[in-house]
Amino acid sequence: MLRRRLNRLFGRDERKVDSRTIYVGHRPCPATEALIPPKFCDNRIVSSKYTVWNFLPKNLFEQFRRIANFYFLIIFLVQVIVDTPTSPVTSGLPLFFVITVTAIKQGYEDWLRHKADNEVNKYLVTVLEDGRRACKESEKIKVGDVVEVVEDETFPCDLILLQSSREDETCFVTTASLDGSPTIRWSVAVYSGMETKMALNYQGKSQKRSAVEKSINAFLLVYLCILVSKALVCTTLKYVWQNRPGQDEPWYNQKTQKEKDTNLYLKMFTDFLSFMVLFNFIIPVSMYVTVEMQKFLGSFFISWDKDFFDPEIQEGALVNTSDLNEELGQVEYVFTDKTGTLTQNNMEFIECCIDGFQYKYADSGTELDGFCVTDGPVNILQQKAGREELFLRALCLCHTVQVKETVGPADLGGFIASSPDEVALVKGAMKYGFKFLGMESKNMRVMNRNNDVETYELLHVLNFDPVRRRMSVIVRTKSGDTMLFCKGADSSIFPRVRQEEVDKIRMHVERNATEGYRTLCVAYKLLSREEYDQADTGLREAKLALQDREEKLMAVYNQVETGMSLIGATAVEDRLQEEAAETMEALQGAGMKVWVLTGDKMETAKSTCYACRLFQRSTELLELTVRTLVDLGRKREVRLHELLLDYHKRAVQDAPPIKAGVTRSWSSANQDYGFIIDGATLSLVLNSSPDSNSSCYKSLFLQICQNCTTVLCCRMAPLQKAQIVKMVKNCKGSPITLSIGDGANDVSMILEAHVGIGIKGREGRQAVRNSDYAIPKLKHLKKLLLGHGHLYYVRIAHLVQYFFYKNLCFILPQFLYQFFCGYSQQPLYDAAYLTMYNICFTSMPILANSLLEQHICMEVLMDNAALYRDVAKNAMLGWGPFLYWTLLGVYQGLLFFFGVRFLFSNPALQDNGQVFGNWSYGTIVFTVLVFTVTLKLAMDTRHWTWINHFVIWGSLAFYMFFSFFWGGIIWPFLRQQRLYFVFANMLSSVSAWLIIILLILLSLLPEILLLVLRKPRGPHSRQVLSTYSDTISFKC
Amino acid sequence: MMKEELETTNRPDNTAFTQQRLPAWQPMLSAGIVIPGFVLIGLAFIGIGVALFITSQNITVLEKDYTGVETTSDCYKCSNPSDKNCTCKLEFSLSTLFEGPVFFYYGLSNYFQSQRSYGASKDEYQLSGDLDYFKTPISACSPYQYDANQNPIVPCGSLANSMFNDTFKLYQIVNGTKKLVPFDGKGIAWWTDYNIKYRNPSVTPLKNAFNGTVKPSFWSKPAYELDTSDPSNNGFVNQDFLVWMRRAALPDFRKLYRRITEGDYARGLPAGNYSLEIAYNYPVLSFGGRKKVVFSNVSWMGGKNQFLGIAYLVVGSLCVVMSMVMLIVYAKFKFPEDD
Repeated sequence: MLRRRLNRLFGRDERKVDSRTIYVGHRPCPATEALIPPKFCDNRIVSSKYTVWNFLPKNLFEQFRRIANFYFLIIFLVQVIVDTPTSPVTSGLPLFFVITVTAIKQGYEDWLRHKADNEVNKYLVTVLEDGRRACKESEKIKVGDVVEVVEDETFPCDLILLQSSREDETCFVTTASLDGSPTIRWSVAVYSGMETKMALNYQGKSQKRSAVEKSINAFLLVYLCILVSKALVCTTLKYVWQNRPGQDEPWYNQKTQKEKDTNLYLKMFTDFLSFMVLFNFIIPVSMYVTVEMQKFLGSFFISWDKDFFDPEIQEGALVNTSDLNEELGQVEYVFTDKTGTLTQNNMEFIECCIDGFQYKYADSGTELDGFCVTDGPVNILQQKAGREELFLRALCLCHTVQVKETVGPADLGGFIASSPDEVALVKGAMKYGFKFLGMESKNMRVMNRNNDVETYELLHVLNFDPVRRRMSVIVRTKSGDTMLFCKGADSSIFPRVRQEEVDKIRMHVERNATEGYRTLCVAYKLLSREEYDQADTGLREAKLALQDREEKLMAVYNQVETGMSLIGATAVEDRLQEEAAETMEALQGAGMKVWVLTGDKMETAKSTCYACRLFQRSTELLELTVRTLVDLGRKREVRLHELLLDYHKRAVQDAPPIKAGVTRSWSSANQDYGFIIDGATLSLVLNSSPDSNSSCYKSLFLQICQNCTTVLCCRMAPLQKAQIVKMVKNCKGSPITLSIGDGANDVSMILEAHVGIGIKGREGRQAVRNSDYAIPKLKHLKKLLLGHGHLYYVRIAHLVQYFFYKNLCFILPQFLYQFFCGYSQQPLYDAAYLTMYNICFTSMPILANSLLEQHICMEVLMDNAALYRDVAKNAMLGWGPFLYWTLLGVYQGLLFFFGVRFLFSNPALQDNGQVFGNWSYGTIVFTVLVFTVTLKLAMDTRHWTWINHFVIWGSLAFYMFFSFFWGGIIWPFLRQQRLYFVFANMLSSVSAWLIIILLILLSLLPEILLLVLRKPRGPHSRQVLSTYSDTISFKC
Repeated sequence: MMKEELETTNRPDNTAFTQQRLPAWQPMLSAGIVIPGFVLIGLAFIGIGVALFITSQNITVLEKDYTGVETTSDCYKCSNPSDKNCTCKLEFSLSTLFEGPVFFYYGLSNYFQSQRSYGASKDEYQLSGDLDYFKTPISACSPYQYDANQNPIVPCGSLANSMFNDTFKLYQIVNGTKKLVPFDGKGIAWWTDYNIKYRNPSVTPLKNAFNGTVKPSFWSKPAYELDTSDPSNNGFVNQDFLVWMRRAALPDFRKLYRRITEGDYARGLPAGNYSLEIAYNYPVLSFGGRKKVVFSNVSWMGGKNQFLGIAYLVVGSLCVVMSMVMLIVYAKFKFPEDD
């Protein structure tokens, strides 16, 4: 562990600085050395973007880098410079509004980051200064300072170990969070502040953009094209029309001298710009701010959800970014860590079996249970007791566990081991009275049942490796006997022991395995002096071999580990997280593919997969591991290629083509495939030598994986996890990926995936800090995705479509009006309406809808995982739905304009014979428009809370009130009182009322029809409605 | 104690809002609601449509083009723009009573009052009686801001300058003699325009306010002499002027000129022969325009407009037809939720 960390410190740093000369403890620079003391940065961590001083300029700069905002700025400037139909206020005000709201949101988020930074920077650390200990704030540490780190403390920066409190001058570092060391020691600060590895990692974290945003940009492009073509059409027609006799300059509307003098092409250009300004409202300026507000406010519902509250840690869910809410509803691949995520990483010794007798430890309170209680002749009993002790001694000796030095005297024993099940076994032996006390200069000390301390000289450790799948130790007892204890997977032990012993135990092992326990068999062998000498020389030679050391060692191992006698087997349980299986089943039911990425051994991981029901009995496993590759002794690449082709044939070619919208029941009727690969093989697949066609491997591999319901990747390095995520992320169709993990080794994949979820486990906070969302337990993932994610996606998709739609039918009449005003850029609506349409009249209902809408209520969504498939693959933001909304907008826009146009064929609309003018025309169209788009939203709303009622009817009432008010007073600041009493006069006309009602109804008619006729066809909705009608009517 | 406190601070609020469990109404459009609803709406629309259609049918309209394009027309002689002070006659006869009150409109076509530069070419501060803007009208009025001698034009701008200046006199031919049909020029502009929006400067006599200004070049009389018969109908608060200043939405428009409400004609125009004497001043042929006069009576829905009635009838029947279609569809696919 330490080595890895030091490697990280030194090995991979060449790129940034070649070397660093550090004066430990800030000794004065030796004068002889012609070295300028280098300047290093201080230890301040800065993740915040702004300070109080640079907030305004920097934030404005950032905001105007966004293409839409920049566009609106340009429009605004055009309005200021060129003589345009609308005043700069009409686009300036919404832009100002948008910029302000976004700035407030970003300011708030940055304030949170400042708070988090301060927490880290003000953390007190002990520093050696002039030979004395001094307390210092973490941010004040300078490179070269000598720092003391106490057990379980976090490193304030990158350090080099100088001294440890342990006798052997070693220390243990938990990489789980890159913090927590069990020993007190001194160390010198090497990299500080923003130059630490962690900070460098942070900087690599790029802004995640959701798929919805990509859709928005695509739609924006379409609308931009519509806008430009509208402006072009109008400009062209204007000059065509003006060429007709008498139309260019009728006597009643003569040009000014300036206009006459202007160059024709310049005039065309300014005309084009004017049309752009007139129609620019088609690009919804306020959509971005509404989307942002929706995301920001919407994310509170996640942190507020009491279902995510875990009483154990007293915390709920945490939202680190609100930009990805909707992405939670689009997940196709789930990458999950195993240890600590699927399982609790809490190994427990469940039972063992010695010579075919099963021993189950029932209660930790009682000392011995099941041991030596079976009836039988005394000699058998004694023999049995002997075997038991042998078994327990084997458990105590055959491992690589180290005893943790504890501060407290009476400790139940903290153990440190590379694998938690070794600890479980040692602890299991302890429960039965055999306690491993630790190593004392090559001697292993064990306290037996009679509280006597036995010492064993450790001669050799035959390490575990995934091919052999077993490990052994050779020890010498006090009495001089040399013994070999071996433990390993059943498949690797059974062939090496006597058959009759196997028969006694096999049944137990198999039963344990099917129960999801991790089973290990334990065997031993007495070595004669000659045997030992032979093994000893063999091992020493092999260890010193320069070539093929691995193979030679393996050969010796295999030679030594023969002819053993089987003592028994153990069963260790790695407890699953609460509802892990249900959660995984729900995710798979929702059409997500689950990949388990773990650093663990294959057997362990496999049993977890079975326990989580990721693999089922019927699942056919395709294995691609070192073990399957090594089989025939052929070149690995050849075998790999063969296997890949074979699996590809089975899983891809022979499988029936997957149709869209398959349900779980349909797919389970077919063969399920599970794929298993390990780290070594994966690197072979991904980085195979250039002569072999690696891209071919990769695509074969991907295709196989895509057809498997579950993929298990074991023995993964953290970086490989990210590699896998990246590979899937970038494959065809760019599926949305989600990574979930709890430890620091998951950070890379959390950062890599589209959505990163951290579990607030016991293993530090690294994962949580780097995640986008953090939840206390794995089981919460189900509600987060199926409930919140689905709803967020539907909400935001509807929001986006609605925004484009409402602006299309807003501006289309204005475009059509150009044909009736000589292409003179005459606005149809008053400036106040142009300005207020998006920020006042129609903004609140859609915002409320996009925050509160539950088209299907939460319980139903959670109970029917298949509903998640309905919105998969960005279904609501595809070109189909977009076209539908666009056509709807066009239809309504045409209707609004021409409906009123035919009414105005006789503009005498009042019973006093007076006529209406152009502003009345625009006001009628605008009234129809506001009512139609609001009622359209009302029709889309399936979940009417009082807030929805309030904003929808409130918006309409506000529109009426505003129009009265706006037209009821002579506003002194206005140059032109265009709307003076226009609205009131409109309302006094019966014909105006009738046309408004008619047009609203006619606009909504296709929608109503669709709503009524479409419903019965959806298989889901009917099923849901019939099954859950109670839920709908009472709960929601 | 401490622990409890911690719990209350960390635990999310268990309110209906935060848990997204606000009581909500979930509208369900079932066949039982939609089909009768559609039938009702359809029937209501058909009812309104019939009423509108009949009302519109009962409105009498008499439209006469007097541009003088056709050589047979009496106004042909006036169509030459160089001909000033030309008058022409338009004769028509009514076989039945033209029910009153009769509204007399003039109509122009291919005339773009809706052009932006045209509409913007006025000074509303000036028109609300602000004397400062009498001396310096806004530049938007250009080229009708100042005349050649740099005198400010009041009222300035293209819109005011191009005010319609044909005048009409209607005679009934009774036994060979012409009997003048009295016109009522009041209440043809919006009440608010006449009384609030447009104001003359509070200078008496009004003429003095216009000292140092010139009338629009197209006008024959200055603003303060628009209506010599009624002093309160002069300046900017002249009904004809206000009607003109309210820009038409479409290039083919009509504007109210007079009402016939007085004397023998209060009940309408009786059957007989009529002669309309037109002072033909307004040139439209240069831009391909047309002029017409329209006699019409109005109802509660305004002037004659077949469109609205027909649209209501069509939409109403559409609703009824659709409810029938839905009924058939629903009957075919029996709906479980209706059970």
